[in-house]
Amino acid sequence: MQVQKTKHIEALTTNYAVAYAVKAADVDVIAVYPITPQTTIVEKISEFVANGELNAELIHVESEHSALSAVVGAAATGARVFTATSSQGLELMHEVLHIAAGMRLPIVMAVPSRTLSAPISIHGDYSDLMNARDTGWVIYIAASAQEAYDTVIQAFRLAESVSLPVMVSYDGFLMSHTVEPVELNDEEEVRKFLPRAVRPYTLNPKRPVTMGPLASPDWYYEFKYQQVLALKEAYKVAKEVDSEYGRRFGRSYGVVETYRMEDADYAIVAYGGASYGNARAAADLARKRGIAAGVVRVRLYRPFPTADVLKALDGVKAFAVVDRAIMFGSPAEGPLYKDIATAMYMHGIDKPALGVIHGIGQRTMYVEDMYKIYTMLRENPRKEVVFLGVRV
Amino acid sequence: MTLSKATELPIGAVVTEPGSTRRNITAGWRALRPVIHDDRCVRCQLCWLYCPEGTIVELKGIFKVGNRTYDTKYEINYDYCKGCGICANECPTKAIEMVPET
Ligand code: SF4
Ligand code: SF4
Repeated sequence: MQVQKTKHIEALTTNYAVAYAVKAADVDVIAVYPITPQTTIVEKISEFVANGELNAELIHVESEHSALSAVVGAAATGARVFTATSSQGLELMHEVLHIAAGMRLPIVMAVPSRTLSAPISIHGDYSDLMNARDTGWVIYIAASAQEAYDTVIQAFRLAESVSLPVMVSYDGFLMSHTVEPVELNDEEEVRKFLPRAVRPYTLNPKRPVTMGPLASPDWYYEFKYQQVLALKEAYKVAKEVDSEYGRRFGRSYGVVETYRMEDADYAIVAYGGASYGNARAAADLARKRGIAAGVVRVRLYRPFPTADVLKALDGVKAFAVVDRAIMFGSPAEGPLYKDIATAMYMHGIDKPALGVIHGIGQRTMYVEDMYKIYTMLRENPRKEVVFLGVRV
Repeated sequence: MTLSKATELPIGAVVTEPGSTRRNITAGWRALRPVIHDDRCVRCQLCWLYCPEGTIVELKGIFKVGNRTYDTKYEINYDYCKGCGICANECPTKAIEMVPET
């Protein structure tokens, strides 16, 4: 496999980068419904279709519930499908999220994440995504426009290999609407990377099958267990897809990304672009000031990359998990914190872990805030959840 | 009753051929199975009458049980019996025993 020689770089928002990935993946059916901050993805795709640059069926639907239902139906026929949503739209899709996963349809959906009402806010955090966490979808959280582009392409390969729907998420506004240089792949090469796999069962009048039937108590549990196995498989396949993508296109990320972790005593674990960027800047600052600081970014969120996260945190004395979502009433209010705490407990690992909630409703997160986390870890390592950046 | 394992089923619960509902056996969730002890049965027909699923079959013929002869016999169609136990409850002679499924 040869890495591409000629580079084609465009200045794109993450939303536009996703639209370019959908075009490169030669998607057949796209359901479009606008919701902030997702809208510009489907706007751009509509433009591609209108201009004849992408030969796809574009369905204008009347809600997000219909958007996902439409791609469920299209995916059942064997079409390659895409849709996108955010916030309340993802909530409105919620029941169909379970149906898409239960029917094992390889749907790819972009989710620039946004907070939830009430009060109404169009701004970014990961409340919507975390509410969709337990629906059986594979979930990626990208940290740059480039990574979102690459991940959408990887997502089609993964979805079609393990028969699971995949969400590709990233920061609403802080990424969805900000421009970065993005290297675009040769579309022919992308199509070679994404051959159209023949699915064993699709809706076809010549060979009738029933999809989404009733399962009584003697069958239902087995189908849910199949989903458990498929997600375990997805953990392996996601890594394989990522490394093959790296060999072909020269960029790969792993399921967990680390920054200056080789000799780190204190780590921040985070997800998404703003948290990761700030944490890296804070780690540089902390190192200048004599703290051996590092950052771990969880890129594949579901299935949870337990082994990779534990390995990344193996050498640290204490760490903090920065969450941009709140699990109300939970023993620890941060969703990623809870995952890592569970993983550690199950593996008999006990070390100080600080839960940090920040950036809720796009509350500005400063590099200094993240730096403060490193000093907290060094001076008073403890197990506790703190709410940074809130007025109390 | 032996049912398929999770790994043996088509993924996503796809029903792979048309017309399969005709073969749909609906007794899979039964936990207790009614067993009729024919020697205690006095042919009162109550179980047949009360079964909400209509899965008790009334057979006609000549049936010798011990030193008695009957012209009917009751059998259970286990393909559809849900194991609700109503028949066992109604049987006046306690001729129906509910036995755990394995
Ligand atoms: S257990 Fe219930 S369903 Fe089965 S034969 Fe008796 S009454 Fe009918
Ligand atoms: S209710 Fe009991 S005695 Fe009456 S017919 Fe049924 S099995 Fe026989």
